[in-house]
Amino acid sequence: MTALDLNVGAEIGARIGTEIGTVRAKPAPAPRDVVSIAGRALRGVPRELETVIPPIFIALFFFVVNIGTLQSITERHIKGFDIKAFMLPTAILIGVTGVSRAGSLVLDIQDGYFDRLLLTPVRRLAILMGHMVADVAVACLLTVPILLLALALGVGIESGPIGVVAFIAMAGLWSLAFAGFGYAIALKTGNPAAVNSSFLLFFPFLFMTSSYVPRGQLTGWLNGIAAWNPVTYVLEGQRSLVTHGWQWADLGKALLAISVVGLLSMSLCLAALRGRTRRG
Amino acid sequence: MASFGADDAGMNITAAPTGLPAAGAEMTFGRHGRRTGMTQPSTPTRPAAISAQGLVREFNGLTAVDHLDLDVGRGEIYGFLGPNGAGKSTTVRVLCTLLSPTAGRAVVAGYDVATQPGKVRLRIGVALQEAALDPKQTGIELLRLQGRLYGLSRSEIDGRLADLGQLIDIGDALGRPIKTYSGGMKRRLDLAAALVHNPEVLFLDEPTSGLDPVSRARMWEEVRRLNRELDMTIFLTTQYLEEADELADRVGIINDGRLVAQGTPDGLKRSIGNDLIVARLDASAARAREAVESLPGVLSVEAKGDEVVVTAIDGAEAIGAVAVALNTVAAVRHLTLRTPTLDDVFLELTGNHIQPNGRGPGEAGTDETTGRETVEVGR
Repeated sequence: MTALDLNVGAEIGARIGTEIGTVRAKPAPAPRDVVSIAGRALRGVPRELETVIPPIFIALFFFVVNIGTLQSITERHIKGFDIKAFMLPTAILIGVTGVSRAGSLVLDIQDGYFDRLLLTPVRRLAILMGHMVADVAVACLLTVPILLLALALGVGIESGPIGVVAFIAMAGLWSLAFAGFGYAIALKTGNPAAVNSSFLLFFPFLFMTSSYVPRGQLTGWLNGIAAWNPVTYVLEGQRSLVTHGWQWADLGKALLAISVVGLLSMSLCLAALRGRTRRG
Repeated sequence: MASFGADDAGMNITAAPTGLPAAGAEMTFGRHGRRTGMTQPSTPTRPAAISAQGLVREFNGLTAVDHLDLDVGRGEIYGFLGPNGAGKSTTVRVLCTLLSPTAGRAVVAGYDVATQPGKVRLRIGVALQEAALDPKQTGIELLRLQGRLYGLSRSEIDGRLADLGQLIDIGDALGRPIKTYSGGMKRRLDLAAALVHNPEVLFLDEPTSGLDPVSRARMWEEVRRLNRELDMTIFLTTQYLEEADELADRVGIINDGRLVAQGTPDGLKRSIGNDLIVARLDASAARAREAVESLPGVLSVEAKGDEVVVTAIDGAEAIGAVAVALNTVAAVRHLTLRTPTLDDVFLELTGNHIQPNGRGPGEAGTDETTGRETVEVGR
């Protein structure tokens, strides 16, 4: 070892000894925790495009195919019916439902990174909230290409630009409410396959409602189930923004439906989080 | 340090039995006479950074950690040695607040792990057995996020990244996704993540498990450097004898969740006996006893066939004189100096080797069958 090496070593050692000694960990404010976790989750999105491209593709596919299949029959038999405007919320819900970082959370659990997070002073709830904030942002972004296609096909938004914002926000809130189930399954099982299958929960809700025809056209038992299906009210709330403008009763019911689903999913989610982070 | 009495666990004895434990050592004996515990010295010389009393951790009725008592001094490297499944990792997970103790109490960096886990987390760094990394993030993203979660400002994080870059030697790879890293790089990044917030106490759970010998030696040097330059307390679990021997100021040996021995590596090895010099001669060794037994430092000589076994206080010091003396009896064909290892300590205490073959990967110079360090002279 040369004298120069020794000098450099001593210099580094001295710097480590002084500078490192001044840094002390402290609890970060809760919003900073959430933003930090959300930032990481959002950075992961472009690296996992396979989690966002299929939902967009499926939503656009169903939007176009459903219009092509049903336009003639519905618009001929229902006076003043606009199938494109009607199908827009259905496509949006297909696109944003089940979009979440719950799968990534499972990988964090499997990779041990979740433990690394638990070893920091970060609030346990902030880990979940950070992921969910990212989910809402992604869901809102996913609605944009579908909306642009609808506008290109001639769909007009009766509630105006603010209505567009409300429409997107409602899609984001619904996505968040449903994502809670995925997180609950992720935290409870730590199993990626179980998380992926959580989207199947949505299928009965999607088809036993007014996805393809107005509720007035549904008959018998299906109409009865649709009346209890929260997705019905979310769809009707969004449709009201597109076709009728600001219909407060419809919007209120939509928000109530989202709240009920959200309350249920978040309760399950928080219970699963408590179970996962329980030290006993 | 003597006490007599019987309890469920065994009998404590003060007077040294055969094996002559070093002064100040404590030993306990089980019902069948096997030594079940040995400590020397049992407490660190500096204020405790980690302290546990009667620590118990059970899983569905199974006891993983069984009434563990520990005291690790500030600035000390404490090696926690034991075979797979002995309870090392569970102990670490309790001490670093990932698990609550079922019974007993543990204090880390001055705070109770059960009642003040948040304060403990601010003061500890942990590198778990498997590098706990997010493969999709880059190294720098991971370290920055760690810094933010520990409440560091942007400038503090920048400063720490500069320091850790030199300390851990990750270099340009910091900007690459972690999934492209080698095993050694992942370990070093994991260590860097554990150090971002400048912890007082660092837990390393089998930090070199699965590493090649070069990466392993590098990790050892980094551990030494952290301790030397930052006076950081380091609690290191390992199943590698050489690792504990090389790095630790003191070693605790755990088996079936119980601490069976504690002390300095040299002290523990000395406490179970003396060095052995084993020689094979070209002729009968019958006359070897009288040639060797009067040599300074020789405690006893046993001869059988062409083999002579000499017990010496300090084998390295005596081996030259023994070789010369034996050569007056017959030509020495093979001469081996065996020094006790920590595996011998474990064997003495539990009847089993720590590892099936008594060695970790890359442990050169360890006899594969006996687990003993050997110096061989042959011709």
